[in-house]
Amino acid sequence: MTNFFKRWVVFVGLLVVWQVVTVYTDDPFFPPPSDIGEAAYKLWLSGPPDKLFLTDVVYDDVLDSLTRLLGGWAIAAVVGISIGIALGRSRTALEYTGPVLTFMRSIPPPALVPVFMLLFKIGSFMQLATIVFGILWPILLNTIDGARTVDATKVETSKVFRVPRVQWVLGVVLPSAAPKIFAGLRVSLSLSLVLMVVSELVGTDNGIGAQLLLAQREFDYANMWAGIVLLGVIGYVLNSLLLVAERRVLGWQPKQEHSKPAQLATV
Amino acid sequence: MTAMLEVAGLGHTYQAKDGAHRAIDGLTFTVGAGELVCVVGPSGCGKSTLLRTICGLIKPTEGGISLHGNEVHGVPDDLAVVFQDYSRSLFPWLTVQRNVEFPLRRSLGRSARRARAAEALALVGLDKAGGKHPWQLSGGMQQRVAIARALAYRPALLIMDEPFASVDAQTRFELEDLLLKVKRENNTTVLVVTHDIDESVYLGDRVLVLSSSPAAVVADLRVDLPVHRNQITTRESDAFVALRGEVARLLHVDRTAVGTPRKVDNEAAVAAKWAEAERAALLEAQAQERATN
Repeated sequence: MTNFFKRWVVFVGLLVVWQVVTVYTDDPFFPPPSDIGEAAYKLWLSGPPDKLFLTDVVYDDVLDSLTRLLGGWAIAAVVGISIGIALGRSRTALEYTGPVLTFMRSIPPPALVPVFMLLFKIGSFMQLATIVFGILWPILLNTIDGARTVDATKVETSKVFRVPRVQWVLGVVLPSAAPKIFAGLRVSLSLSLVLMVVSELVGTDNGIGAQLLLAQREFDYANMWAGIVLLGVIGYVLNSLLLVAERRVLGWQPKQEHSKPAQLATV
Repeated sequence: MTAMLEVAGLGHTYQAKDGAHRAIDGLTFTVGAGELVCVVGPSGCGKSTLLRTICGLIKPTEGGISLHGNEVHGVPDDLAVVFQDYSRSLFPWLTVQRNVEFPLRRSLGRSARRARAAEALALVGLDKAGGKHPWQLSGGMQQRVAIARALAYRPALLIMDEPFASVDAQTRFELEDLLLKVKRENNTTVLVVTHDIDESVYLGDRVLVLSSSPAAVVADLRVDLPVHRNQITTRESDAFVALRGEVARLLHVDRTAVGTPRKVDNEAAVAAKWAEAERAALLEAQAQERATN
């Protein structure tokens, strides 16, 4: 309980200060947190009981956004991990592709939104493409890094015992690379949220980002802030869930230490 | 005694950028079925090259190896290795039991695998540690797991690469006795590579003394010690002392016979060069293998 208190006391303190300051200054651009909370409640939680008290906005916009975010992340994870392991275990392939990969990941992902708009027309597919293309690189590069550095003794052990190929990839390479892969997945998850919003700001009339922009244009600042808070909450919850999953999957590690994301220069 | 392992005229030269390194030179010896042979040699003499060629990890440039009569090309089907570095050769993400089962997956069903692993763990005195992860055990116990993994595989030949070099002296004695017990009970054929003269005499039925690089067999000594050995009484017996003196002298003579005594740092440099050449060769071999797959 004291731990819980310690973790949240600063957060709650800031909230109180913000409330006091905003009530006192009464600036229309900065509504007090209580107003934002009320707007959030009206926007999302005032639905009928048979819809779990959630409003249509939740089912239309928030759910769509989440689907794009998680869908894009899942696709990037599958593609990034499988290609990453293949490249990480092949010196030659990595030598050929290394510069390309480093260049690709150096492009700021939002810069590609106009390109994808041209290619796929405005809509879900373009948004998904933006997310996948933008977040693929941290997963891919971390997986390559992890797969490449399988311990030499483990390589020899597997060879001497003639471990079959599938067992070698799934039973040795993948677990060896797992700490790095998770580091990449974490970076990509937060990046995925960013790109979801960016693609919705320019791309569509639905989704949390689009609603946020709409609220701003209609001078509905409490709703705009509520959208921002919701994005923060989504990011926080998703990251926490991923950490729980990571602790489970990497529970075998002697110490619960998270490996740092790979640097650009390592490839 | 039938020969389990036959090494004939084995030679290997690494091609490095700055010329060729000859690691082993015309090695010829046999290991009989059920025999424990120790290979001793000065550090950096090419012991690990010898070991890797027998394992099929490196293709020797000359000569041949056969295991129970079959010529070795690539990694043989029934050969197990215990590496020096147990912390790296065991898989930290698997429990002890699953580590031992890991190499058996390709040949055995689940229940047979379990039984085999449990049996091997009992043999090394770890029947209660199966559910733990390797890093929860002491170094000596981890090396026991590696030994159990090798035994569960039921190899025709068990190769051990400096198996007890990374554990403390007390544990080393325990593990040496464990190895002798296991070998007696299972009639396992074992080849131990070590740089420890006492250990080679204590463990071996025979001791092969290698010269410094390129490694060649200087002497093939029969160890006439009782089958049941004891860390205290065996080590103080006249036969043991005489033998270890002989091995030490052989290693020493070789060193002075080469010419003027070399400086230590020079030797270290040579050893480092070798290690590098070996690594390069291994990487190349891996690349080639990948290319062929």
